[in-house]
Order: sequence, then structure tokens, then C-alpha cells
Amino acid sequence: MEHKNINLTLKVWRQQSTVSKGEFVSYQVKEISQEMSFLEMFDVLNEQLILEDKEPIAFDHDCREGICGMCSMYIDGKPHGPWQANTTCQLHMRAFNDGDTITVEPWRAQAFPVLKDLVVDRTSFDRIIQAGGYVSVNTGNAVDGNSLPINKNDADASFAAAMCIGCGACVAACKNSSAMLFLSAKVSHLALLPQGDPERQSRVVNMVAQMDKEGFGACTNTGACEATCPKEISLSNIARLNQEYLLASFTASN
Amino acid sequence: MTWKEVFTSSVGKKLVMSFTGIFLILFLIVHAGLNACIWANDGGVMFNQGAHFMGANVVPRILEIGLFVGLFLHIIQGLMLEFSNRSKRGTDYAVSYSKGSKWYSRSMGLLGTIILIFLVIHLSDFWLPNRVHQGFLLGEEINLYDKMKEEFSELWVVIVYVAGCLSLGYHLAHGFQSAFRTIGVHNKRYNAIFSCVGYGYAIIIPLAFIMMPISFYFHWLN
Repeated sequence: MEHKNINLTLKVWRQQSTVSKGEFVSYQVKEISQEMSFLEMFDVLNEQLILEDKEPIAFDHDCREGICGMCSMYIDGKPHGPWQANTTCQLHMRAFNDGDTITVEPWRAQAFPVLKDLVVDRTSFDRIIQAGGYVSVNTGNAVDGNSLPINKNDADASFAAAMCIGCGACVAACKNSSAMLFLSAKVSHLALLPQGDPERQSRVVNMVAQMDKEGFGACTNTGACEATCPKEISLSNIARLNQEYLLASFTASN
Repeated sequence: MTWKEVFTSSVGKKLVMSFTGIFLILFLIVHAGLNACIWANDGGVMFNQGAHFMGANVVPRILEIGLFVGLFLHIIQGLMLEFSNRSKRGTDYAVSYSKGSKWYSRSMGLLGTIILIFLVIHLSDFWLPNRVHQGFLLGEEINLYDKMKEEFSELWVVIVYVAGCLSLGYHLAHGFQSAFRTIGVHNKRYNAIFSCVGYGYAIIIPLAFIMMPISFYFHWLN
């Protein structure tokens, strides 16, 4: 592929703290290699800001290989930018053309308050997991293969749900700021396996209650979450969560 | 968990929307089926017989109360969810995300409100005058076929009805499938059926309703 350097205008959300008022600030970046990742382009911009004695832009990142779920930019009207099934750190500058203006915003949801610039507080997800997204007993060492038979389709669906990296793009994309895709992935991943089965009812009830307490919206099945999810978590997980909730709430004895 | 906790949780509220929605979907089949009697081309004899059964028999009149309960639950819960969901964003995005979902799936609140306004007009055109005439009991009814003929001779009334039914069509295009997802249908094979039937239903039923005022307006009926 032809190598090109491009010049861009960035409109970036700057906000000093959770309580202060934020605004968009425009920056020019020059000679950006199209082989850079989006975050590397931000590193270049931050170097430039430091040299100009300005405050660099705060943004979340960790592994930079698309598996940790830390990066979280809302780029030109889509969480994680224009590519399908992709995280911001794996978005490369060849997705853009010379002279483009790119608008970069933080995840917007009341349950994800902005800490600074593009960094949002996603500990509400941690509290949802703490409400039941685990197996309570120690399951010991891995058992020999096939000693615990699991239907292949269930194992595959469980693995696909376990792909969720908890980045919060589903919440950012949803018009209701609903966390249902995240929650449904966590519930499905455990409910489909024998290890998670004994606690499936209390798990779904407690996790939904915690999600509501955190201030996320309700799901209206629009599918925006599935379309933007970097791990392509299926919308059918939400239907499975609904079924789990329906069965738990109508059959629970207390 | 208590029943209150079930029906005040976000998933429980959606279950109420889904159950009442499916109930209203079933009602529309009855409504469209009975109204289709206008096309018997007998000057409204068969239609008025059907209307008489629905209006002057005690069983459908008791079921009517259930219909209003379902309708009000759907409207009130829907509006409350819409307002609550809209309040969850905080600061709006400068560039909104519109590629991942269909416009009508994002506009259920708006489409529902248009349908509600249409419903108020529709009920005050037919249902209310008829019930007033009956003294709200099982009294004598007005000739509803003649009433339809009179109402649908005006172009603006026909336009309002067509617009109301189009909103209904888009509301159903998302609502039908969404209702079944909310009650937990996650099997791919069944979802394919519900999606197919849902789109078919969202086209056929509103189209049948749209054709009624149009048939009267263009004098296609004897």
C-alpha cells in the first residue's frame, strides 16, 4: 500500500474535571503517517502540546492491541471510529484522508461521568460485575477435556459472549445509554455453562438491579450497540438476558 | 424479589411494553378484520352487523375495558420510559450516531405520540359519538357505515388517517420484533420467523386500514 502523510484538523473535547464545563478545542496535526494508529496520532499531538507548554489531552489506553477495553473515544459520531469490529487503538490513520476534520468526544452517559478530557469513569461496570458476574465457589484446577460434557453450540455462544472487553462502546452508542449489551454478555457467558448454572437466577436479578441503580437507560432493541461493538457481541444475548430475567422473576420463591 | 421490584426494573418495564404491545397487535387483527366487511359491497349491511355485535353485545363490551387498560398501560409506560431514557445521556453528542440502527427503531416514542394523537381524533370521530348515542350502555347505535362515508368524504380527514396509519406501520415494523426479543426469543430460527412475520404484519395491517378511507373517498364502494 502506498505510504502517505496527511494533515488533519482535530476537534477535541477538553474538560478540566467532572464538575467543570467542557468545550471543543481545535488542533492542527501535520505530517501524520497513515500507518499510525489513532492513539499514536494523539501521542504526536500531545508531544506537540507539551513542547508548546500546554496541557496534554487526557485519554484512556492500555494494551493498544484491542483486547483490554481501556480506549474509549467517540470519533466522528461512532464509538471507536469508523471501522467495524474495531477498537480506537486499532483504528489506523489510513481510515482518514488529507485535510479531514475529526471530532473526538468522550463516551456520553450519566453513568460514565467525564473525569478529564476524554477519560470517563467506568467503575459502574465494575459494580455491575461485583453484583453477580462471577462463580462464587472455587472451581479448582481445570478438569480433563470432555469430563464435563458441554453442548458445542452453548460453548461457542458462551465464548462469543465472553469476548466482551467491557469498554462501554455499547452504552456510548445507545440512544438510551443502556448497558444491556454489556450486561447480557456477562450473564450469557456464565448462564450457558454448567459452572455458572446454580447461580443463574440470583445473578441476573442482582446484576439488573445494580445496572438500574447506576443510572443506565432501558433497552429498546435498536441494535446500535451490536453495530458498534468492537467484539461483535450479538444482540441475541440481550434476548437471552430477558429470558433469564423473566424466568428468574416469575419462578423465584422469595 | 417482590412483584414490585420485577415490574419497576428496567427489564420489567420493557416486559410490560412487550405484553401490552402483543395484546394490541392481536386487537388490530380483529379491528382490521371486522372493518374489512365494508368491502362486501352490500351498502354496509355486513359491516353494520359486525359493528352491532361488537357494540351491543355484553362480552365484547367487557373485553373493551381490557383493551383500554392495555392501551393505557402501553401509553403511560411508553411515555415514562421515553422520558427516563432521554435523561440518561447528560451532555448530548456533537455528532450523533445514526448508522447502527433504523430511524424508526430510534423514534418509537415520537411515532407512538403521533399514533396517540391520531387515536384521540379517531375515537372522537367514531367510538365516542356511538357510545354517547348508546348512553354508554347497550343502547341503540348510530349507523357506523354511513358515519364512515360522511367522515371520509373530506380530503383532510383521509390525509390524517393515512398519516396515522403510516406511523402505525413504522411503529409496528420495530415493535413487533422488539416485543418478542423482550420476552426472550433468542433462537435464530424463531427470530427469523418473527422478523419476517413482523415486517409482513407492519405492511399488511396498516395498508388495510389506509385503504378504508381511500375506498370511501374515491367512491370505490357501492
